[in-house]
Amino acid sequence: MKRSVFINGIGAVTTQGVWRQEIFSEAQVLDHAITSANQPAYKGVISPVAIRRMSSGIKMGIYAARQALEEAVMSMPDAIVTGTGLGCSEDSDKFLRSLWENDEQFLTPTSFIQSTHNTVAAQIALQLQCKGYNVTYVNGAISFESALLDTLLLLQSGEAKNVLLGGVDEIAQQTYAFLQAGGYIKAADTCETVKTSASPGVNYAEGAHFFSIGRDKTASSYAQVVDVALKNELEVPETASFLQGFLATNDLPSSAIDAVILGYNGDKQDDLFYAAIQHMLPSAVPLYYKHLSGQFDSCSAFGLMVAAFVLKQQTVPPILHWNEKNPSKTTWKNILIYSQYKGKDHSLVFVSAC
Amino acid sequence: MNGGVAVTGMGIISSVGDTVEENLQAILAGKNGLSRIANFPTRLQEHIWVGEIKRSNEELSDTIGLSLPHSFTRTTLLGAYAARQALEVAHMEDVNDLRTGLISSTSVGGMDYTERYGPTYLTSPEWHRYISAHPAGDSSHKIAHYLGIKGMVTTVSTACSSAANAIMTGARLIRSGRLDRVIVGGTDALSKFTINGFHSLMILSDALCKPFDKHRKGLNLGEGAAYLVLESEDAAKQQGKNVLAYLTGYGNANDAFHQTASSENGEGAFLAMQKALATAQLTSQNIDYVNAHGTATPNNDLSEGRAMQRIFKDNMPLFSSTKPFTGHTLAAAGAIEAVYSILALQQGIVPPNLHFDTPMEELDLIPQTALQHQSLSHVLSNSFGFGGNCSSLIFSKA
Amino acid sequence: MTALKEELKRQIIDVLNLEDITPADIQDEEALFGEGLGLDSIDALELIVLMDKVYGIKLSDPKKGRDIFQSVQTMATYISENRTK
Repeated sequence: MKRSVFINGIGAVTTQGVWRQEIFSEAQVLDHAITSANQPAYKGVISPVAIRRMSSGIKMGIYAARQALEEAVMSMPDAIVTGTGLGCSEDSDKFLRSLWENDEQFLTPTSFIQSTHNTVAAQIALQLQCKGYNVTYVNGAISFESALLDTLLLLQSGEAKNVLLGGVDEIAQQTYAFLQAGGYIKAADTCETVKTSASPGVNYAEGAHFFSIGRDKTASSYAQVVDVALKNELEVPETASFLQGFLATNDLPSSAIDAVILGYNGDKQDDLFYAAIQHMLPSAVPLYYKHLSGQFDSCSAFGLMVAAFVLKQQTVPPILHWNEKNPSKTTWKNILIYSQYKGKDHSLVFVSAC
Repeated sequence: MNGGVAVTGMGIISSVGDTVEENLQAILAGKNGLSRIANFPTRLQEHIWVGEIKRSNEELSDTIGLSLPHSFTRTTLLGAYAARQALEVAHMEDVNDLRTGLISSTSVGGMDYTERYGPTYLTSPEWHRYISAHPAGDSSHKIAHYLGIKGMVTTVSTACSSAANAIMTGARLIRSGRLDRVIVGGTDALSKFTINGFHSLMILSDALCKPFDKHRKGLNLGEGAAYLVLESEDAAKQQGKNVLAYLTGYGNANDAFHQTASSENGEGAFLAMQKALATAQLTSQNIDYVNAHGTATPNNDLSEGRAMQRIFKDNMPLFSSTKPFTGHTLAAAGAIEAVYSILALQQGIVPPNLHFDTPMEELDLIPQTALQHQSLSHVLSNSFGFGGNCSSLIFSKA
Repeated sequence: MTALKEELKRQIIDVLNLEDITPADIQDEEALFGEGLGLDSIDALELIVLMDKVYGIKLSDPKKGRDIFQSVQTMATYISENRTK
């Protein structure tokens, strides 16, 4: 049953702009508590009748999905699987505020019907007229990896040949204000990067990342996704058995891992987990990405984008290196991506060159 | 791969009862659980009927033995309550002795607390512990932690088809060999957010809902939770487990028609049922009873009715919607109706479609209106949601 | 009546987020739904709330809205005859 699947197309709308070859070489390190995505022009991509109701998450999702499919030259996937931590919170916020402000009167349905977590996947299905399998996962930091796991199941079992996989999370003013009040997001006036982080909280952002994933390798293939594992909660020392178990399942000696992509985000407790994994893989080159993507539940999809880029281009853009000294490695074959958030929602993804 | 997934446990809490047995007794007695809303104040109180569970959050919290303070929202409390029952039925003393997962689902998540305490968050830290309880995934984390599960835990949210999809994902994880055992289902509490949302769509009925009736006026909302324990057939046999039923078929399709409305000919529903029959390796003739989605909105019942006629043609099996008992419990509906489908198989009963009296003009379709005792082999359960998400499950007699 | 129609056009553009459309683009007699402006059933529900919130007119049956919302002209006529605020 077990077989690799191929990343055949990528699309994204991020704080660093849309997906393109130069996205990493042109990237700027984030130093604001909240950074919005650098949105493209949507005219011509989404019809004016449709766009007038769409929140930024829906627009970003549709754009990124379309980019990924175009790159893969895939007009109709067999399935659409997405992950989002907070769903369409802009519309949720809007409906909730109007509920409070008008004391349950004069409520309009548009924001309610778009507040469901599956709106982005549904709108993409509607645009593509894709009647296939369609599911959305919402589970914090493994929202995207849950969708990735489902994608593997669909392709490995033969239920689908091509899957459109995506992760989307949008900034919603009120939701983010609450997260800031709760100490999850840094205070509004801080100016710290992942590396210089001293104050509590993390730099947050938003983004949409989509991948056209297929059973077959094509001319546009970036890399192959071999396996993914999920774990609900772990203490720092328990990461060892999680990692060892995953490596054993995949017959992968730790020495064969060329790079490990870690979710360092500047939060002291969070970073202990990443340091532990990094320590257990001394021969792997540590890379990081949240200084470019910002934190949000599905931001680990940016990590997969990094892995795909490195494996296809066989080079690591300097800005992704966690350590000051860049190693003199010239070939990149196996990459591991590790992600978690506050000791919960751990995931390991094994990606390999194809 | 027929019959590979065994159901070895189930648990439920709904407005008609706190246990599987109480829910069965309500079905046998034809007693609905709809009432006026009492757990929180709302302008809609006198305008709508709801399937509300008449237990406060404090009572639920006491019953499942939580110590205070905690940040379990009502969605999470209901979920933990039902999932614990499912584990007891399945005699799971050690949840981690096999590779065990939890695939839960919710659409409301912690919205019931956000709508209550949100206005204070920016001015006072008093209720800040509920900020992290807002996301849908938090409920699954807490339920898993409460049950002691360390493993694969995730959450599906596809509006009103959520639990059916969680059950489907669980079954596929078992069939793929990635898990030996998985607790699957869904939970949703009533909230101002959802009752006002459906009200703004003008699809809430001011009377008791009448699925498939010509004069149906819309749906009644409800709350509840239900979970199944799924195990690979081999694992269940090795442990000498009592199998309640088999999950033999599942199908998921998208209507790709409109954000909320279902297409005229029920294309998504048709495709979901067709796929479920294909995975179960059954024909439509093998289905003895359909537990319909049947929300009693003008749009759903006509669209679903057309889809059923396309699947079953002139051999329409007995069918009913059990939403007049519980109300539409949104993300939990697919799991609650899975429990009812399994009860139908176990007990040899077809639950009645309450409050039906006049057939729709457009279709020649009459649901089962009285409780019927009859041996059943295969039951199909439909769940459809906003965003065109359509899912069908098939349960087969053990 | 002319003022009411102008006001209505602005409100319709606002509540339905009709980007790139100005009141001058909407003809009094033009069909709002289907062929004309291309509004749909969700827009109809938004207009029902607009009628309630701004003009104090409660429409409990969405089907009744179809006749009233044929055009800006029919809306204005109905509002002037039934408004409570």
